[in-house]
Amino acid sequence: MRRLSEFLIGLIFGIGLMISGMTDPSKVKGFLDIAGNWDPSLAFVMGGAVIVSFAAFRLAAKRRESLFGRVIMLNDTKPIDVKLIAGSVIFGIGWGLSGFCPGPAIVSLGNGEWKAAIFVAAMAGGMVLAGYVTRSSKG
Amino acid sequence: MVIDWSHFTPLESLGGGLLIGLAAALFMMVHGRIMGISGILGGILRPIKSDFLWRATFLLGLIAAPFVARMAGLISAPKIDGSVFQLVLAGLLVGFGTALGSGCTSGHGVCGIARLSPRSLLATVLFVSSGMVTVWAVPFFGLGG
Repeated sequence: MRRLSEFLIGLIFGIGLMISGMTDPSKVKGFLDIAGNWDPSLAFVMGGAVIVSFAAFRLAAKRRESLFGRVIMLNDTKPIDVKLIAGSVIFGIGWGLSGFCPGPAIVSLGNGEWKAAIFVAAMAGGMVLAGYVTRSSKG
Repeated sequence: MVIDWSHFTPLESLGGGLLIGLAAALFMMVHGRIMGISGILGGILRPIKSDFLWRATFLLGLIAAPFVARMAGLISAPKIDGSVFQLVLAGLLVGFGTALGSGCTSGHGVCGIARLSPRSLLATVLFVSSGMVTVWAVPFFGLGG
């Protein structure tokens, strides 16, 4: 039951990404091209997604546990720090360069695109690298 | 700034956005957590036995989306442009940045803003801005694909 629910949620999310235009790198670049020929469509993606999740999170905030009995976590657990700022700026550079963010890149694997596979492999490499960097800066 | 009306798709984008919001809402109901793709993928790369499986089934759902969409007669596969070098560089930056900043477009951009998190709002402003500057700057570096 749980496994099925997770699969279905991933599926709904993936289809949403496809319909919205987020999985089309040229569409994403068009949205980011505010200085040139700007396509504002993807602002509507965020609008639609935020409306639904805002309402749902309001309801969730009134409960202590999820349907499967996990404690609901809605608040920030970390402060605003250099890692958040630097990480977000670096992510934006990669997003602008390729037109891919993590979700749509994974969805594109299902299209059998070898270029998507290259991107996802590099992305996984970047995540592992970040793990080493943050661990070594702590110790 | 010129608005590109020929590619403007407000209804499709809004509709897709509503589905993304629905997924985030269901994820919270079922899991009690924020649906963030970079975090879900990142967790699978340092596997802990107890939570490997749900991450894997969720990601499989994402990968299955194009198959289901194709069966339903929706949408063709978009073209991915850019050289291998460019995709590797961009992938490394996206992976490194989202892991360092603990979130991407879904976790910070959608869920974070929906729960009015100052951290996520700042992250979103930063990655959208740096993405815009990058798209503007790419032609000057001859990286355009």
